[in-house]
Amino acid sequence: MGDRLFAHLLAAMAGGVLVITAAMLAALTVGAWPAIRKFGPAFFASSAWDPVAGDFGALPFIYGTLVSSAVALGLAVPLGLGVAIFLSELAPGWLRRPVGFLVELLAAIPSVVYGLWGIFVLVPWVRATLSPPLKATLGFLPLFEGPPLGIGMLTAGLILAIMVVPFIIAVSTEVMRAVPTSQREAALSLGATVWETTRAAVIPYARSGIVGAIFLALARALGETMAVTMVVGNVPQIRASLFAPAYTISAVIANEFAEATDVHLAALIYAGLVLFLVTLTVNILARLLVARAGRGPGLIRE
Amino acid sequence: MSRSYLRRRWTDRLVAGVTFLCAVAVLTPLFLILFFLARTGVGALNLDFFTHLPGAAGEPGGGMANAIAGTLLLVGLAALLGVPVGVLGGTFLAEYPTSRLAGVVRLLADVMNGVPSIVMGLFAYTILVLPLRHFSAAAGGLALGIMLIPTVMRTTEEIVRLVPQSVREASLALGIPQWRTLLRVVLPTAAGGIVAGIMVGLARIAGETAPLLFTALGNRFWNWDPLQPIAALPLQIFAYAVSPFEDWHRQAWAGALVLVSLVLGINIATRAAAARQVKLR
Repeated sequence: MGDRLFAHLLAAMAGGVLVITAAMLAALTVGAWPAIRKFGPAFFASSAWDPVAGDFGALPFIYGTLVSSAVALGLAVPLGLGVAIFLSELAPGWLRRPVGFLVELLAAIPSVVYGLWGIFVLVPWVRATLSPPLKATLGFLPLFEGPPLGIGMLTAGLILAIMVVPFIIAVSTEVMRAVPTSQREAALSLGATVWETTRAAVIPYARSGIVGAIFLALARALGETMAVTMVVGNVPQIRASLFAPAYTISAVIANEFAEATDVHLAALIYAGLVLFLVTLTVNILARLLVARAGRGPGLIRE
Repeated sequence: MSRSYLRRRWTDRLVAGVTFLCAVAVLTPLFLILFFLARTGVGALNLDFFTHLPGAAGEPGGGMANAIAGTLLLVGLAALLGVPVGVLGGTFLAEYPTSRLAGVVRLLADVMNGVPSIVMGLFAYTILVLPLRHFSAAAGGLALGIMLIPTVMRTTEEIVRLVPQSVREASLALGIPQWRTLLRVVLPTAAGGIVAGIMVGLARIAGETAPLLFTALGNRFWNWDPLQPIAALPLQIFAYAVSPFEDWHRQAWAGALVLVSLVLGINIATRAAAARQVKLR
């Protein structure tokens, strides 16, 4: 009797996660409803953001979110995979634990501290040191047009890269370590060097897990709020140049929500609901991919 | 030695060097952040910082005493929600690992871990702030508590699984019902690891800003009422960092130093304790 009751209690607590997820979907949909009814899918194609007239469109914010995340992944994926290969295959044993530990610390630093450091250290550095040579060599590209202000898409992408790289490293190191030793030994016994072994035997086996790790990092980058809000410039515009200020979905919610009313409030919740659904989907995909990696490449090819 | 062999060997070394440089590049920002925190933050820290309320806008002086207390209260409120749900739910995942519910919950807990923290704030706003027509510490605690659940649940599951089956069997053989076996034998055996998981989770939510922006809101004065807006260290750091005042920038660095010391301190201490436990076995 007591056993049954207790099992039900435990199940109810575990089920709490299900209840909360469902409640979040429901509450955000209800909160966003006035905006969903008023703007519908046109919300994603419009650049209007006029609290006085009550006209809202999320396009510049969606653009800012996607481009800053793309810049972040463009930097974080190669670096993170390099570190993961180093940690799982190449690093001498005594170096693995401390480097792994420091990477974990990088993930533990609060977002607002990254933002503070971004404002006072990274922004001046990007303005004075990084941008001028970029402009001098690649200035003919629309990507590096206009005056380098320091704040803007490039800095946001940089700080996001620093923040998401620990997730890429942690998950891909884990899936690469999980590759059976026999795989490596087979390649080594054929005379392959350590790098050739990694490339031919380890990475193909871990591939879906590595893609999962990148997806996880993508979800983090899409939803990261404070650090981005503090360095992205907060101007709702669509510019090809990475030097230009931009705005992201999470940043506009952070800046305007506490003072918003009526349709403005609903529009912000609408944007948040979209962010929630997108990160939810990306995360589910990531987890399925990582779980798949544990079963090896045979199943992946199917 | 053949040319191709030499080339392959050099490629191997080159890759080792490049990946090592990747590690250096990734860790450089960590050292830079710690360096600037130490350089700017230590100079700005003084006793006033821990004992005084914030000063008037633009005037030097004042501290973040209320924000430090507010963060502790918010983390406490979050623990009231996150710890029982997380520990009992995690026990369920470990004891009934193959049930269909466990599979779904495990996936959703991992997914929730990656949902943006600002979305948690939106949720707490719509279900607590809107109906009560008031920003409140309770709403902030709710947002942080929801973020705490998945972390605690997954670490509890992992630790409870490590408790040897023989321990459970010994207790059941004495005629102790399963639920008492779990509560009085299995969970106490796993307590060390569960507490470590809770501490790491608390350290993480203590640094969260986004979910508090429109729930706890911030407050320039003391508040102990869960139904009123309350100050929090990360909120204060944010407000000061984007302010135009030199002295507030200094205090933001001081606040960041305190916050990072707290968060990294808990992480390092928990890890050291876990390492010692493993050694003792």
